Amino acid sequence: MQSGNTKFVWELLNTVPDPEIPVISVVELGVIREVKFENNSYTISITPTYSGCPAVKTFMDDIKSCLLENSIDNFELKIVYAPAWTTKWMTDETKEKLRKYGIAPPSNIVICPQCNSKNTTLISEFGATACKSLFKCIDCLEPFEFFKCI
Amino acid sequence: MMSSLFTYTLRIADSSLILGQRMSEWCSKGPTLEEDIAMSNISLDMFGQANGFYQYAAQLDGLKSADELAFRRNEREFFNHQLVEQENGNFGNTIVRNFLHDTFNFLFYTQLANSKDETLSALAHKSLKEVKYHLRHSSNWLVRLGDGTKESNAKTQVALNELWMYTDEIFEMDTLDTELFNKGIAVDNSALKSDWDAMINNTLAKAKLIRPEDEYMATGGKKGLHTEYLGFILSEMQYLQRAYPNAKW
Repeated sequence: MQSGNTKFVWELLNTVPDPEIPVISVVELGVIREVKFENNSYTISITPTYSGCPAVKTFMDDIKSCLLENSIDNFELKIVYAPAWTTKWMTDETKEKLRKYGIAPPSNIVICPQCNSKNTTLISEFGATACKSLFKCIDCLEPFEFFKCI
Repeated sequence: MMSSLFTYTLRIADSSLILGQRMSEWCSKGPTLEEDIAMSNISLDMFGQANGFYQYAAQLDGLKSADELAFRRNEREFFNHQLVEQENGNFGNTIVRNFLHDTFNFLFYTQLANSKDETLSALAHKSLKEVKYHLRHSSNWLVRLGDGTKESNAKTQVALNELWMYTDEIFEMDTLDTELFNKGIAVDNSALKSDWDAMINNTLAKAKLIRPEDEYMATGGKKGLHTEYLGFILSEMQYLQRAYPNAKW
């Protein structure tokens, strides 16, 4: 039984990667909304990125495993819908990690993550995951993924 | 006795689930790889939205789980709009059907986001973000097909003429809707019609398509009355849970 060290739980959660974009954690993704300790138990509130995102189930399992490995078994994962997830919660640091990974971060101007050109064009609004769309750079001609603003 | 709120929530979930199932039928059959991915993505969004509403309905009902609601009910117990169960047909049929429904969904969720019911409001806010993408997708394609070649225009116009009869019941209000609307929970669907008309007319004009006249207009989805297609959708979708109840993997 752990005492109510929510800061430690936040630190642990920050080690759980997004299953699709492993360079950022679920905390950086912004899906962990709250960690509460009440009546000897943690309640972790999680909001889905997109309603049908299959990664949600995966990272919930990953969170469970991570906490159990660290001898925390007194917790409950709760899905919350309000406020709806938004890419505005992403910090500049997280956006930079996405860019280095080859994904153009959410922004009003879509910048090529390869050559930094602003001369880019949409190929398809829907990409390999619900959160991304497909773009192409007119200058370096490389296709790339853009993390949609929602 | 089912509560009004339970039934209201179920109706929303059913339309999302059935349209999601229809869109999933396109997986691996899309006209291009990008479109295949787009339609599978939209399908996932619809399933996710349906799941949110089913979870809430299950919580209100306390008798059946979300999965049981999706996989253990028959046609007459489904309350989706007849529009969403219509066949995928050619790509134009799918685009027209989705465009008509996405436009409604956009207006509907915009209003439902103001519901006094906190869960419905939260689910509506969430769904609305996704529906905006869906509407942009179907509207853009409608213009491309309508204002495309002679053949694509003709096929899209036929699809529009055939599907038009299913566009009336989406604005219907029955006593249950009115009861919940008076409590500030439900949306007044009939009040969405003028905005829907304006949006539809605007895009149809860009697409060089002619708005059909209202002739015979179908109704019945809210009462569990459906076209012949729903049974086929359910028999495929529910097969596993019917053949192997409670199967898990």
